[in-house]
Amino acid sequence: MELKDKLVSSFFAFEDHLEDASPIHDIRNEAIKTFEQKGFPTKKEEAWKYTSLNSVLKHDYSLFPKTENAIEYKDIKPYLIHDIDSYKIIFIDGKYSSHLSQTTHDGIDVCLMSAALAKPKYRLVIENYFNKAATKDSLPSLNTAFSSEGAYIHIPKNKLVEKPIQIVHFSTGNEAALMLQPRNLIVVDENSHVQIIERHQSLTDNPVLTNSVTEIFANKRAIADYYKIQNDNQNASLIDNTFIKQKQESHVSVHTFSFGGKLTRNNLNFYQNGERIDSTLKGITIIGDKQHVDHNTLVHHIEPNCESHQDYKGIFGDSATGVFNGQVVVEKEAQKTNAYQSNNNILVSDKATINSKPQLEIFADDVKCSHGCTIGQLDESAMFYMRSRGIPEKEARALLMYAFSNNVLNSVKIPEIKQRITKLIAKKLGVNIGFDL
Amino acid sequence: MSKYTEDDLREELKTKEYEYGFYTDIESDTFPVGLNEDVVRAISKKKEEPEWMTEWRLEAFRVWEQMVEPEWANVNYEKPDFQAISYYSAPNKKPKYESLDEVDPELLETFNKLGISLDEQKKLAGVAMDVVVDSVSVATTFKKTLAEKGIIFCSISEAIKEHPELVKKYIGTVVPKTDNFYAALNSAVFSDGSFCYIPKGVRCPMELSTYFRINQAGTGQFERTLVVADEGSYVSYLEGCTAPSRDENQLHAAVVELIAMEDAEIKYSTVQNWFPGNAEGKGGVFNFVTKRGLCEKNSKISWTQVETGSAVTWKYPSCVLKGDNSVGEFYSIAVTNNFQQADTGTKMIHLGKNTKSTIISKGISAGKSQNSYRGLVQISSRADNARNFSQCDSLLMGNECGAHTFPYIEAKNKSAQIEHEATTSKIGEDQIFYCNQRGIDTEKAIALIVNGFSKEVLNKLPMEFAVEAQKLLEISLEGSVG
Repeated sequence: MELKDKLVSSFFAFEDHLEDASPIHDIRNEAIKTFEQKGFPTKKEEAWKYTSLNSVLKHDYSLFPKTENAIEYKDIKPYLIHDIDSYKIIFIDGKYSSHLSQTTHDGIDVCLMSAALAKPKYRLVIENYFNKAATKDSLPSLNTAFSSEGAYIHIPKNKLVEKPIQIVHFSTGNEAALMLQPRNLIVVDENSHVQIIERHQSLTDNPVLTNSVTEIFANKRAIADYYKIQNDNQNASLIDNTFIKQKQESHVSVHTFSFGGKLTRNNLNFYQNGERIDSTLKGITIIGDKQHVDHNTLVHHIEPNCESHQDYKGIFGDSATGVFNGQVVVEKEAQKTNAYQSNNNILVSDKATINSKPQLEIFADDVKCSHGCTIGQLDESAMFYMRSRGIPEKEARALLMYAFSNNVLNSVKIPEIKQRITKLIAKKLGVNIGFDL
Repeated sequence: MSKYTEDDLREELKTKEYEYGFYTDIESDTFPVGLNEDVVRAISKKKEEPEWMTEWRLEAFRVWEQMVEPEWANVNYEKPDFQAISYYSAPNKKPKYESLDEVDPELLETFNKLGISLDEQKKLAGVAMDVVVDSVSVATTFKKTLAEKGIIFCSISEAIKEHPELVKKYIGTVVPKTDNFYAALNSAVFSDGSFCYIPKGVRCPMELSTYFRINQAGTGQFERTLVVADEGSYVSYLEGCTAPSRDENQLHAAVVELIAMEDAEIKYSTVQNWFPGNAEGKGGVFNFVTKRGLCEKNSKISWTQVETGSAVTWKYPSCVLKGDNSVGEFYSIAVTNNFQQADTGTKMIHLGKNTKSTIISKGISAGKSQNSYRGLVQISSRADNARNFSQCDSLLMGNECGAHTFPYIEAKNKSAQIEHEATTSKIGEDQIFYCNQRGIDTEKAIALIVNGFSKEVLNKLPMEFAVEAQKLLEISLEGSVG
């Protein structure tokens, strides 16, 4: 049976065993209809021109894993940023693991989507925010239809969350093939500040497909920093749909580090509903083998005096494919917008491919918008300089590549993440040097 | 200074009608409207074409019937009804004239109004004109000079009759008749156009030039241009357009094919000023053009275009850099005002080693217009050391227009070096202030700044065209002071 049919037919069974009173009952039904109508995106659609899902859709994924798996802290420790104190929301095969997690209701809500959907005290937040940013595209709709679990984070007014929140999804390989659809909702109220780290990790080689949706609402003067670490093993694929709605004077940044996974698609959408908003989208992609990473970004400037900064760096080896599809829309009212977009790529193999499509759509006249895109190689004279000073070729190359991607790391605010990413880059480039010499 | 304010100017320009909007009453030999195999056959017969050409057209027509109109471009318009167009119209007076005295005086009047009197043109810097009025070539000058060098420069229908072997060999090799909807339509019904062949090692001594005009109401114009530059030759080709004002939309679907053999160089310049529709966005020409050049080893093709007219423009002059060390260039200025829509750009397909391409695109949008750049840079896996530089700058005037950039960059070779940059800005108040301070009024200051903005491209035009283009820019943007 085709995955689409399987999903549609299992939806009704899924809906049945949920309580009828669920506030999102109608939203779910609407969403499955949308998905049924649209189906999985194909290369015929402009937004999917360079990414085909065929290879990941062919597995017979199980949608609702039954068996529990005993996972110990030591099994997952390497995948956490463990050297700092943090809140943790850990999911094993899509199910919440209470003994590994550390949540809170003390002043702030760092808990579960399932709890938020079930308990009346969260009803108002759910009604105001749930599915209010996500688009009606087929994959977000599919997630909406099946949304039951994920992280629910609500930071009320004037709170500075003193430690980062880690959201980590593990898959254990208990099922031959597993499809996960986590749904996260993050609401940051006025003047509050939060840092979030998200990661998807499979612990075995069994295929996993994750279709995740995250909605982030940043109210007036809120600050949210979001870090996505994508270093999964090579049978895991991730479709990440993130929708961010910003109110005036809020600052939201999203850093995406893509090193692993078979196919990774990041749909990152920013909507600026207010003045003097700042949005930052940055990413480092270093892949090889037959990996495929696709960054599809949208920044929608709706009101005046806002800024956006995009900076994506990519290094592609072996038969890897990189896609960057960045869209900046500046509405007529959004005067004095400053939008900056840059995409730099290095191809290190003849079989690797880069497809880049940085688009600007501008309807306002008093704006400063620029985009740049380059594809090139490492500077041979810089290589020579280092080689002549006794640095071996591999290390010299790695140093240059690290320098190339360093811009993106500069704006990472948590030092431990910076260290972790630096180590990952060194590992990915096959060298054993600390770059912060 | 007298009290001539911007508002006055705006008012004046609103009422300013298309300067070249007149209609010459020449008896025309027009086909009934509609398109079917019989019409295609009739066109072919009318042009006394050989059997193979008729078949070629019919094949194209059959393919076209199966195709659907493309919709991906960033433009909105009411689709033309292809069955409501007359596919052939030619001035009645035949045969051709040896001297201008024999030409229908009314026709000469038309040219005079356009400011391109043949006499003047003849004298002007040795420009040979192949004047196309409604599809059929009426006068060809300087033919003899060219013939001495062995250069063939004539209308394509003449070429089909006199040089069938050349036409048969090259037509449809760069733009196959099945390439796209409009190219297929053009292949089936093309009425006339120009053919140019430069023999081996010859440097064409003058700029070759063609003026096109859409004249007869309700007739589509389907030009077919084929330029072949043989090994080591050089040619500079100019194409300029003005069209009379019409209320119904007119369709223009041309095909231009360039072939640059080893070491050859072709420079193709266009100034396009078809009727853009009036200030309410009524009328105007639909310009759906397929232009493509093929570069063999060490050759170079350079496209330069100034697009100021047409209600809807849909045009992507491309270079297929097939041979090693070949070079492709694209310089473009696209100006849109009122309700005009332009979706234009280029495709650079790098196939050979050490191929280079440069793209400079300047978009200026004013009024309620939409101006898009859409370009593709593709580096195939065998194109070692390919190099591309693209720059797309947009200038916006007023907040009711839009400027869009859709670059597609596809690289499959690690030694490729590609740079793309785009900026969007408006004319700075400080720049205007600086000019005002020095006694230059705002309107002039804008013209000055726009000229500076587009200079990089204007510089690439041959001298005669550069002057005209500069004038066109000013006319197109008058009254759009934001």
